[in-house]
Amino acid sequence: MTIFLFYLFSGILVISSVLVITSKNPIHSVLFLILCFFNSSILFLFLNAEFLAMILLIVYVGAVAVLFLFVVMMLDIKVSQARKNLLNYLPLGLFVSFVIFFEFIVIIKNSKIVPFVAKNKNMENNLVDNTHLLGNILYTDFFLLFQLSGIILLVAMVGAILLTLRKRKGVKKQNIYNQIFRE
Amino acid sequence: MDIPITYYLYLSTSIFTIGLVGIFLNRKNLIILLMSIELIFLSSNINFVAFSHLYQDLVGQIFVFFVLTITAAEAAVGLAIIVIFFRIKDSIHIDDIDSLKE
Repeated sequence: MTIFLFYLFSGILVISSVLVITSKNPIHSVLFLILCFFNSSILFLFLNAEFLAMILLIVYVGAVAVLFLFVVMMLDIKVSQARKNLLNYLPLGLFVSFVIFFEFIVIIKNSKIVPFVAKNKNMENNLVDNTHLLGNILYTDFFLLFQLSGIILLVAMVGAILLTLRKRKGVKKQNIYNQIFRE
Repeated sequence: MDIPITYYLYLSTSIFTIGLVGIFLNRKNLIILLMSIELIFLSSNINFVAFSHLYQDLVGQIFVFFVLTITAAEAAVGLAIIVIFFRIKDSIHIDDIDSLKE
């Protein structure tokens, strides 16, 4: 039963990711990207990573995909901008991609990975849920990296605001200096 | 859960290849190129979580957490760059990004 569900969700994941890169309309691409993230979060649930599955839904579907959708709708893109040299790089690209794909397949086939979970000492310790365990590690061992990722998010936010800010003429704005020193 | 890890590895390899083909295939739209990069990130995340489950080690999931952070930051900055590029050139066609040539 589980293997059937795995085949179902991974099939939908692969098909929708193919549709992301081939569909003409960018809005359809964003919607298929959301479907991809949804299915991969279900696959995370199979791997006992509940916290990451929910975070994937919140961060990707709730923030990143909506951001993509905003930008796609905000920019006035012509849907069918057919150009002549569209397929210039495609044969070389397909060649490189399939070489990489078959190399991966060969490596996975010949690897010495034990394909199932070893029943080791940590398996009995499953009374605590995944979120609790992640929090125990994240706020102790990886505390510096956690704060560093916060700084990276802050820098990205300031950068995005600074990039898209522009000064226009004729906008009614508050002069803060005059506002503060008003009698 | 009796799914072998190699299935997850095949799945993430296929998604990685689809993202890579998407970068080469898509010469018209910069936003779809960013989406292909998101697909590649997703495949690496599936790999990390699968191995984290295989070895019963939570550090892989911590790494996926940080990858998610970096991906969100990258999407925000990349889309801001696309917006100002559209404002300057009135198109987001990839072949129009040649301002540094002359």
